[in-house]
Amino acid sequence: MKRHALPTRLWHWLNLACITGLFMSGLNISNAHRRLYWGEWGFAPEDAWLFVPRFPGWMTIPGHYDLAAARDWHVLLAWPFAIGLLFAWAAMMLNGHFRRDIMTSTAEWRPAAIWHDIVQHLRLDFTHHGSKYNFLQKLAYGAVLGILLPLMIATGMAISPGMDSAWPWLSEMFAGRQSARSIHFLTAWAIFAFFVIHIALVLLSGPVRQIRDMICGGEA
Amino acid sequence: MRRRAVIAGIGALFTSACSRLSDSKAGDALLSAAEDWHRKAHRLLGGRGALAREYDRADISPFFRGNGSTDPDSAEYKAAVQNGFADWRLTVRGLVDNPLSLSLADIAALPQRTQITRHDCVEGWSAIGEWTGPQLALVLEQAGLKPEARFIIFHCADRLAGKPYYESIDLADAFHPQTIIAHRLNGEALPVRNGAPLRMRVERQLGYKQAKYLTAIEAVARLDGIGQGKGGYWEDRSGYQWYAGI
Repeated sequence: MKRHALPTRLWHWLNLACITGLFMSGLNISNAHRRLYWGEWGFAPEDAWLFVPRFPGWMTIPGHYDLAAARDWHVLLAWPFAIGLLFAWAAMMLNGHFRRDIMTSTAEWRPAAIWHDIVQHLRLDFTHHGSKYNFLQKLAYGAVLGILLPLMIATGMAISPGMDSAWPWLSEMFAGRQSARSIHFLTAWAIFAFFVIHIALVLLSGPVRQIRDMICGGEA
Repeated sequence: MRRRAVIAGIGALFTSACSRLSDSKAGDALLSAAEDWHRKAHRLLGGRGALAREYDRADISPFFRGNGSTDPDSAEYKAAVQNGFADWRLTVRGLVDNPLSLSLADIAALPQRTQITRHDCVEGWSAIGEWTGPQLALVLEQAGLKPEARFIIFHCADRLAGKPYYESIDLADAFHPQTIIAHRLNGEALPVRNGAPLRMRVERQLGYKQAKYLTAIEAVARLDGIGQGKGGYWEDRSGYQWYAGI
């Protein structure tokens, strides 16, 4: 058996391409109105809870301010991103990856065990005993796959006026369209934070082998 | 500094690959296909008649922001404002059996719909207001659409950067119960900032579809004969999506 199953590897790289494009086009869209609000409505500075900085061209798609083109990329990439995530969940439920590698056990939630895991991470000791991932990894992957990525899709759909008419409960669930927009923005940066930590840990744990295994599968 | 330059370089490479793709014919076709999938998905999931959310009076925002043209500066429009829009006419033309020319009194005499809805600008902000006016469907039924009509064009009195504003929707939105020709906002005559004396409300789409300073409604079979052919002022000028429900 391979270290990473084929569906995992396919989804991993598809998802990287999608979230890179979505994040960078999203920052361009953010430049169109650099304030965030809570509730259903908001348009004026005095309604805002956050003033967002202007993101420079090297962080955005396209590389200059172009709301129409950025939206084109955003609504195109939303499709492979959402369908890819559905595919990833179906695959990991069917091939046992979720139950075997990502689902945590009660024993792992003991404070002493969590502390041990944190200390081990801080010592950059990446040996795993028994399971493929340690607790913090399971927690991070589970949170990204089960909370952050689905939240991006749900808040994105809630912001769309056409979708809001079809499924009004979505934006009601987030307590209003402007709240959904704020959560969309915050969750995007939470995913970026995961990305930074993920890259850092790959670099610290033998990047050549890690990347090669995520492409070719590697030995289990 | 070097690492930053490398990241910027990778970013630039990715961005330029994206812009090259979107400038190509296949890339362009893919982008408009994605827009179409969203429209079809919305109508599949909610049905063609799905209603935009309606709110209570207490939800109305204290001010309704005006965007785009907020004070058209043509001599005719300024004269119409002076005159209290007494001579304003809304013509209904194109692929119709009975072309119409309606005064504001004619429009106010039709059965009215009042709805408190949320306006979402493409830039990201939202405002809630109470709109009153007749359903577009009533006017289109009076005019009688010819069978070949597929789109409804809204012509406007305002010009932005020298070009007249216009917009268009398909018949599913044109005959939607919440698509109204609004002449009142929050119980008062429509302010100039928000499109006096008449503006469209197409509640399942973004702000740029909500044509203001409405002068004519035209039924057409195709969009390519109007403006630069993409179905709206912002669609022509900047490449905004024609389906503004996303």
